[in-house]
Amino acid sequence: MNFDLTDEQKAIQSLARDFAQNEVKPRAEEMDREEAFPYDLVAKMAELGFMGLPFPEEYGGAGGDTVSYALAVMEIARADASTAITMAAHVSLGATPFYLFGTEEQKQKYLVPLAQGKKLWGFGLTEPNAGSDAGNVQTKAALRDGKWTINGTKAFITNSGTDISGGTTITAVTGTRGDGKPEISNLIVPQETPGFTRSKKYRKMGWRASDTRELSFMDATVPEDHVLGPRGEGYRQFLTILDGGRISVAALSIGLALGAYDEALAYSKERHAFGRPISKFQAISFKLVDMLTEIEHAKLMMLRAAWEKDQGRDYVQAASFAKLFAGELSHRVVNEALQIHGGYGFMDEYPISRMYRDQKINEIGEGTNEVQRLVLARLMGL
Amino acid sequence: MKIVVTVKLVPDPNSEKKIDPNTKRLVRTGVETVLNPYDEYALEAALQLKERAGGDATVTVFTMGPEALKETLRKALAMGADEAVMLADAALEGSDVSATSYAMAQALKKTGFDLLIVGGLTDDGSTGAVPGALAEYLGVPCITNARKAEVTGGALQVERETDSGYQTVRGPLPALLTTALTFGEPRYASLKGIMGAKKKPIAILTLSDLGLDRPVGTDGSKTQLVNFAPPPVRGKGKTIEVADATAGAHAIFDFLKEKKLV
Ligand SMILES: Cc1cc2nc3c(=O)[nH]c(=O)nc-3n(C[C@H](O)[C@H](O)[C@H](O)COP(=O)(O)OP(=O)(O)OC[C@H]3O[C@@H](n4cnc5c(N)ncnc54)[C@H](O)[C@@H]3O)c2cc1C
Ligand SMILES: Cc1cc2nc3c(=O)[nH]c(=O)nc-3n(C[C@H](O)[C@H](O)[C@H](O)COP(=O)(O)OP(=O)(O)OC[C@H]3O[C@@H](n4cnc5c(N)ncnc54)[C@H](O)[C@@H]3O)c2cc1C
Repeated sequence: MNFDLTDEQKAIQSLARDFAQNEVKPRAEEMDREEAFPYDLVAKMAELGFMGLPFPEEYGGAGGDTVSYALAVMEIARADASTAITMAAHVSLGATPFYLFGTEEQKQKYLVPLAQGKKLWGFGLTEPNAGSDAGNVQTKAALRDGKWTINGTKAFITNSGTDISGGTTITAVTGTRGDGKPEISNLIVPQETPGFTRSKKYRKMGWRASDTRELSFMDATVPEDHVLGPRGEGYRQFLTILDGGRISVAALSIGLALGAYDEALAYSKERHAFGRPISKFQAISFKLVDMLTEIEHAKLMMLRAAWEKDQGRDYVQAASFAKLFAGELSHRVVNEALQIHGGYGFMDEYPISRMYRDQKINEIGEGTNEVQRLVLARLMGL
Repeated sequence: MKIVVTVKLVPDPNSEKKIDPNTKRLVRTGVETVLNPYDEYALEAALQLKERAGGDATVTVFTMGPEALKETLRKALAMGADEAVMLADAALEGSDVSATSYAMAQALKKTGFDLLIVGGLTDDGSTGAVPGALAEYLGVPCITNARKAEVTGGALQVERETDSGYQTVRGPLPALLTTALTFGEPRYASLKGIMGAKKKPIAILTLSDLGLDRPVGTDGSKTQLVNFAPPPVRGKGKTIEVADATAGAHAIFDFLKEKKLV
């Protein structure tokens, strides 16, 4: 057994940390306040190779592994959760479906510019009435005259409406299977598709600098070949995508927790009460110890899941454990970190107040805490 | 054009520095080793000059240090240097500026260069004397504190930063250049660079490859570190009690006046 990262993994983590601390962190407060999508940071991340980190070089990626990718997401989330979800959703939900299921032609056409970070791409699974129950897709697509005509609505779709968004891949019912159940396929819907519109950005409690929109399809038409991979594979495809996504959501949660810990640690040494730094009170120092202990715990779980994936093993259970634990851990950590800040933590100009707001989605997105437990109960044969 | 950049491997500047009281050398174990920060600026300058020269220009990073630290050089390769050369030999331990510069010069003669770019100062020894000594041993012109440089028609044209402005200086190649921090912020290593760096060569030279005609290491060093001490702890500031803001402003003004600061 060996806990060492490779030199390459260390170098990628340290690049991500330098970039996040120097370029992203100083901007986080303003971006959150203005709800401003960071086009320039995304362009820089693209140039450095972050937007295609785990894809092979022949498809425009950087050729990194899952461990490096998870560490990079973690470091960026440590500085700003919005920037991190923009990258993580783009890689795990936007580009990965093309990499895993696309035909060679679809890979060349879509994956290459996405991995290069020239464009962003969304993944539209959730609907107003199909969230946890994502199989209950209401969006329908009918094949007429060599074209899919799509009707329906998607809710909460990340990266779907920026100036550099190229489109969204959506789940839709494309027919009825032999057993009478709905046939679900993933359809590639480019931004300029007639009948496809995006709402204004949602106003959100956290992740305010990330782009989340409602999508509507009113007789939207795409050519017949815009099915991702084989027709009827949509359900299996999105389950696989969500399995991989759990590693990056765990990384987002741990990064946020680390960022909150950083803030609390620094503040506890600066803030004096009763004639000494508050870090000298055992009640405060024990909080910090507990925070870091749990962060270490979650990090090991996340790295284990990423490593299993890199080894080509079944990583589903490890990823679900990591996502569930890390999401809930981030809640405990931001809460205690804010507590250490006292009243100042309640003030907008302190980063911890943003982190507190950014945290909650870690327990909801890409499978709620309850759904994670459901998945794990099934894996445990319950 | 062959550009060589000297890069010292130093303990992480953000870590606490300790000197071993017995050997009087910096403790380098248990701390992370990084590229000397000023040398990252020198590397940035080299990469910019390479990009502008295009075609056949190459950048080699050169270091003298313990072989165990070799992998630290990957970062320079990831930033865009083409290859690395390391002079490593236990007999170099304890070298002072003169012995260090002499050994480095012999190695640099062997690797060869058209332009040698050197950072101005290290974060550990901080003598700032190596560039001048190197130029002397190499017999090449030394142009310091460059904020801009250009190679045209086999000659080097440099804008030097000074306290009062800047000077334009020309010199023939081969030459030694030291960079000012205004030359440009060091770039990030890209992911492609990181992935590509593992395939780039790091050559190791030892003293037996060089054939020196004077001793180096402790024996070849005339200077010795005799004593060292941490900087004195700053005393407590002066606290003055005043009745209100106006009185406070007056008190501060009187204090500054007394110190002849206003
Ligand atoms: C900022 C943001 C970005 C998002 N980005 C995307 C995106 O890019 N693409 C995308 O497709 N989706 C995205 N989502 C949607 C997200 O994945 C869903 O919100 C999430 O899966 C939960 O679905 P829901 O909101 O419909 O909640 P519901 O499914 O309605 O859940 C409501 C509550 O019921 C619980 N519950 C539901 N079923 C069960 C059960 N069987 N047992 C126990 N409890 C249950 C849930 O845990 C939850 O507490 C995003 C959401 C947000 C807020
Ligand atoms: C605490 C301490 C005090 C010292 N005091 C003295 C002293 O007073 N007199 C003395 O002669 N020696 C002294 N030394 C030894 C001296 O630091 C080393 O001999 C060192 O190699 C000289 O360089 P510097 O670090 O001062 O480099 P500087 O002259 O500050 O470095 C300038 C540039 O030279 C290049 N460079 C320097 N060393 C290397 C290297 N090993 N590899 C690659 N490039 C390099 C770098 O590009 C660097 O930016 C001291 C060392 C320590 C740890």
